[in-house]
Amino acid sequence: MSSAALSVQGLSWSPGRGRATLLHETSFDLAAGRVLGIVGPNGAGKTTLLRLLYRFHRPTSGQVLVDGEDIWQLPARRVAQTVAAVLQEQPSDFALTVGEIVSLGRTPHRTNFGGTNGAHDRDIVERALAQLDLHGLAHRHLGTLSGGERQRVMVARALAQEPRLLILDEPTNHLDIRHQLEILELIRTLPLTIVTSLHDLNLASGVCDDILPLKNGQTIGFGPPDQVLTEQAVTGAFQVEARRERLEPSSTDHLTFHLQT
Amino acid sequence: MSDMAAQSSRTSRLRRGKLLALSGGVALVISLSIAISVGAVPVPTGTVWGILANKLMPGTLEQTWSQGREAIVWDIRFPRALLAILVGAGLAIVGAALQAVTRNPLADPHLLGISSGGAFGAIFALLHSGLFLGLLTVPILAFCGSLLATLIVLGVSRLADASSADRLVLAGVAVSFIIMAGANALIFLGEPHASHTVVFWMLGGLGLAQWNHLIYPLIVLILCGLWLLSRSRQLNAMTVGDETAATLGIPVARFRLTVFVVGALITGVMVAFSGIIGFVGLMVPHVVRMLVGGDYLRVLPGSALVGAIFLLWADIAARTVMRPEDMPIGIVTGLVGGVFFVWLLGRRKA
Repeated sequence: MSSAALSVQGLSWSPGRGRATLLHETSFDLAAGRVLGIVGPNGAGKTTLLRLLYRFHRPTSGQVLVDGEDIWQLPARRVAQTVAAVLQEQPSDFALTVGEIVSLGRTPHRTNFGGTNGAHDRDIVERALAQLDLHGLAHRHLGTLSGGERQRVMVARALAQEPRLLILDEPTNHLDIRHQLEILELIRTLPLTIVTSLHDLNLASGVCDDILPLKNGQTIGFGPPDQVLTEQAVTGAFQVEARRERLEPSSTDHLTFHLQT
Repeated sequence: MSDMAAQSSRTSRLRRGKLLALSGGVALVISLSIAISVGAVPVPTGTVWGILANKLMPGTLEQTWSQGREAIVWDIRFPRALLAILVGAGLAIVGAALQAVTRNPLADPHLLGISSGGAFGAIFALLHSGLFLGLLTVPILAFCGSLLATLIVLGVSRLADASSADRLVLAGVAVSFIIMAGANALIFLGEPHASHTVVFWMLGGLGLAQWNHLIYPLIVLILCGLWLLSRSRQLNAMTVGDETAATLGIPVARFRLTVFVVGALITGVMVAFSGIIGFVGLMVPHVVRMLVGGDYLRVLPGSALVGAIFLLWADIAARTVMRPEDMPIGIVTGLVGGVFFVWLLGRRKA
């Protein structure tokens, strides 16, 4: 596994002519192997930005370059061999097993009617299952799993894609504390370039190398967490009063939030 | 789980799959021979296979049966049973494929508005235009109606920007209602005494099967079935979600439309020769998923097999329950399908 550099240039998006712009022009460069956290209040455009990165929305202006190549100049399948995404979509119950869902990750690497590399694909699927501790569940139906287990299945599915850029949409949503920490630990250790949206600013500063806060579709910063997530910036973006406090005895910084009076 | 354990569980599942496929094949052959021997004039199964053998290779067996029996078996019951197989298999795989691309477990060929389009075409032929193309007028017009309905659904979905699964289904339902209203208007305007042929057609029936027509559903079923099978990975991915499927490199909107059109083609041809037969496409894939799981590489062939067997038996029931009258087969499939769904609901709750 290796990681890809991501470069976003003058990117903006609106759902159609004459409709409101949901993401205003934004540009940033993310070096290979770094973890970028996208934060912002509900409706700020986090999901829109992610959809542009995983080639679901076509940009109204600008480009998304992965390792220097514009993802819209490449066939969808080529992009899928490099970029994988873990989304909030919940699969409806069509009786697929965990193993079958994870092996879907091999889709962009295979041609119709199987292809020749069955054993190789199986190895990769096995590895992804092992990496997320899903081996015992491989023959279970997805519908019988808990929320945390499902999320792990979807991550394993993305890893089976052997991406070099991994995009996650609120990966910690609906998970209990333990599973949140496990997912974040995984994000920290995967040798991939990662872009993830996160609600929890403290978790985000713990796990991300860079933070990009959004407000009303505008990018209001880009850089390491301690530079970007200042009290003023958070207060402005989320319309709450944010205070950076110091936790004892771990002596780490922690943001606390209070409704503005 | 160790590698060896994984290996052995894989072989055991493979064996189970082969066993299921084999028993399915045997069940199909047995059902076929029962379907042919049962009827107003019962014919022993031995005679059925004897006639088949003699027809395929003249002179293999000494003819111990009357010409009349041979005519009943070969000219009437064989094509009818084969049509049941083709229609059952076709409707079932269309249902399975549509359920994947709409992520709607209730999707079936009716949703496309296709069946109603077919009905419209057939009613027009039966009550208004006259049989200007000979005996093939009804199937041809039914087929045209189905294709037209599909084009309208696609047009509406473009117009309403309905690229998502839900909206495409809604477009299908809306168009279906409109076309059905038109079909009912045609019945109302038509001659009252011709209406009973229409009723028979609307409720479905395999009684019009003829050898020289079977080739059309056969070709369409094989070509479209193989195409769908070659896309089983994509169909699997579509059950997870549009966006996830897109990140796997699948052109989601285009793929869904293509599956709709292929489904329309199959349904259109089947409706043209059998009338509207409900519930097969809706019910069969559910049964198959219980047997073989959700992978479309197994769901599609399984649905074809189970659909074929199911429709053979539905036709046997339709021919025997009110003997010597033919009951419309749609009544049988509707009854069985409805009861099946009530059962399914109760089971889910438990």
